Amino acid sequence: MTETTTVSNNKVPSSLTQVGITTKYTFLDYFRSRRFFILLTITLLISALLTVVVGYYRPESFLTSELDFYANWWGTSATYVIILSGIFFGGDAIAGEFQNKTGYFGLPNPIKRSSVYIGKLLAAFSASTIMLGVFTAVTVSNGLYYFGLNVPYQFIESVFFAWFYLAAVLGFTFFFSSLFKSTSMSTIVTAILFLFAFSLIQTLVSTLVQIEPWFILTYGAQIIGNILTVPYPQHKVVTSFGPGGGAGAGIGGVSLTTFNVQIPVGLAIIGVYFIVTAILGLVLFERKEFTG
Amino acid sequence: MPSIEASNLSKHYGSFAAVSNLNLKLEGAKCVGFLGPNGAGKTTALKMFTDLIRPSSGEALINGVNVHKQKKKALESVGTLIEMPEIYPALTPREALTMIAEIRGVPKAERKRRVEEAVSEVRMSEWIDKRVGKFSKGMKQRICVASAILSDPSIVLLDEPTTGLDPRGMSEVRDIIKSLKNKKRLIFMSSHLLSEVSDVCDEVAIIDHGKLIVYDTLSNVTAKVSGGDNVVEIGLRNTVDVELVNTITAKLPYIAKAEKSDGNTFRINFTGGLDTQEKLLADLVKMKIGIVSYKTASSALEGAYLSLIKDTL
Repeated sequence: MTETTTVSNNKVPSSLTQVGITTKYTFLDYFRSRRFFILLTITLLISALLTVVVGYYRPESFLTSELDFYANWWGTSATYVIILSGIFFGGDAIAGEFQNKTGYFGLPNPIKRSSVYIGKLLAAFSASTIMLGVFTAVTVSNGLYYFGLNVPYQFIESVFFAWFYLAAVLGFTFFFSSLFKSTSMSTIVTAILFLFAFSLIQTLVSTLVQIEPWFILTYGAQIIGNILTVPYPQHKVVTSFGPGGGAGAGIGGVSLTTFNVQIPVGLAIIGVYFIVTAILGLVLFERKEFTG
Repeated sequence: MPSIEASNLSKHYGSFAAVSNLNLKLEGAKCVGFLGPNGAGKTTALKMFTDLIRPSSGEALINGVNVHKQKKKALESVGTLIEMPEIYPALTPREALTMIAEIRGVPKAERKRRVEEAVSEVRMSEWIDKRVGKFSKGMKQRICVASAILSDPSIVLLDEPTTGLDPRGMSEVRDIIKSLKNKKRLIFMSSHLLSEVSDVCDEVAIIDHGKLIVYDTLSNVTAKVSGGDNVVEIGLRNTVDVELVNTITAKLPYIAKAEKSDGNTFRINFTGGLDTQEKLLADLVKMKIGIVSYKTASSALEGAYLSLIKDTL
């Protein structure tokens, strides 16, 4: 047998370095993609609509105080920007490696699947952060216009909560992306869950069964808006309607129970969702095979 | 010495055995063709050598390292092209290949040069800074071939590398494989194109129904099924004269049969191995008959292949 000639002096970098490499190039791919510009357009559209509506109609609920402004502007819309970012950047992140066959290019190399997974998660987080950053910038710009430099500290807290929530949403979308090999399936399931199913379950559980929906991620995300309400909303609110309504519903009256997540619980829900779903997604990705 | 080894390697999907107890060891600098019909288990085996699929049992070893257990170490000196990969569409070949070069630890000072050389080798230099999303399948396949050779690996695993390429592209990829052989690399290549395997490979492994049927040198495999004869195809500068063929047959006793194939080529069946094949070439050159090509006849391999596959049906 013939000996081979001396091979090049390559030195495979550490897994951590490879995470950085994957992040860099996946982010570059996201940044130049059509989806990035579509989402940027949607984010700017939401911002523009709010700017025009508030500027033209001057609604009292927005302009009473700076906290009310940020609660109504940011508190109601930021979660949608986050969810859309999760769907756009996370929905097909892993499923696409199988369906689009990009996995055949990157994975048969000396790199662990976990490095690819974490790298892609960080790239999606970075791209989503840009969207959230754009929305934050427009919110603050409008706030400065109406209330001057007086940005309430609760808003800054809310931005951090939103960022944390973004991580959990991406962890969740990556889990579904790892679960399915079809990009459309993973994207649709994620969209349905975040935009409809979670809200529906949350409402049904709290109003009908009167149980705190601590197991729903979107419930935990309420801290993003609640922090902008002073005083912070009570944990449990029972509203009565009908005969004998008021303080206590009489015979024939109806009671409606709503729960407002408290900050430690909200942070715990978001944190647990992120850790559990991101790890489960990784385990699924590690085990999934490139068949067919 | 680079090596690829399948040790009792199996992959089952329920009761279906895609690969069954595959035992194969390839060592040294050479090109080994991996042949078999559709669904025989070629791609599944190659995927187990790149950890895209986990073995149900047994081991896929590269340089003695278990690919599934120590993927990073096992694949550090392996270039691969499995199926027809897609590249992130918004990246350019330069960026996509630089990513692979970084992942594979190509020194920073060499990266740019290596990427440009690899792209040049697959004749894609003018597209190096265009986004891959606009490329045809064949162009993407060329970039994937470039990615397989980029880091100057000692082992190259290729799964039907000429798929999707036009005839010129196929010829260029074959030239690349030949140049890898000249650089003393171990190449393991699956293909459906027997002429391609005859052209570039030294040895063949034939697999069917997940089982290895034969692994030997090209000449031995063809000899086994042609009653001990090897077949070479000789191309002449001028039209083949039947009298010349008869004269050659008469002069060289180890020739079993010689016949004209078409205008400028004729085939010789001979008994013996590589030594005889070498002697035959030397004798023919001495006769000054105007030889311009000399190769193992692809139809001989085809005959061997069909015979071996038929035997397993």
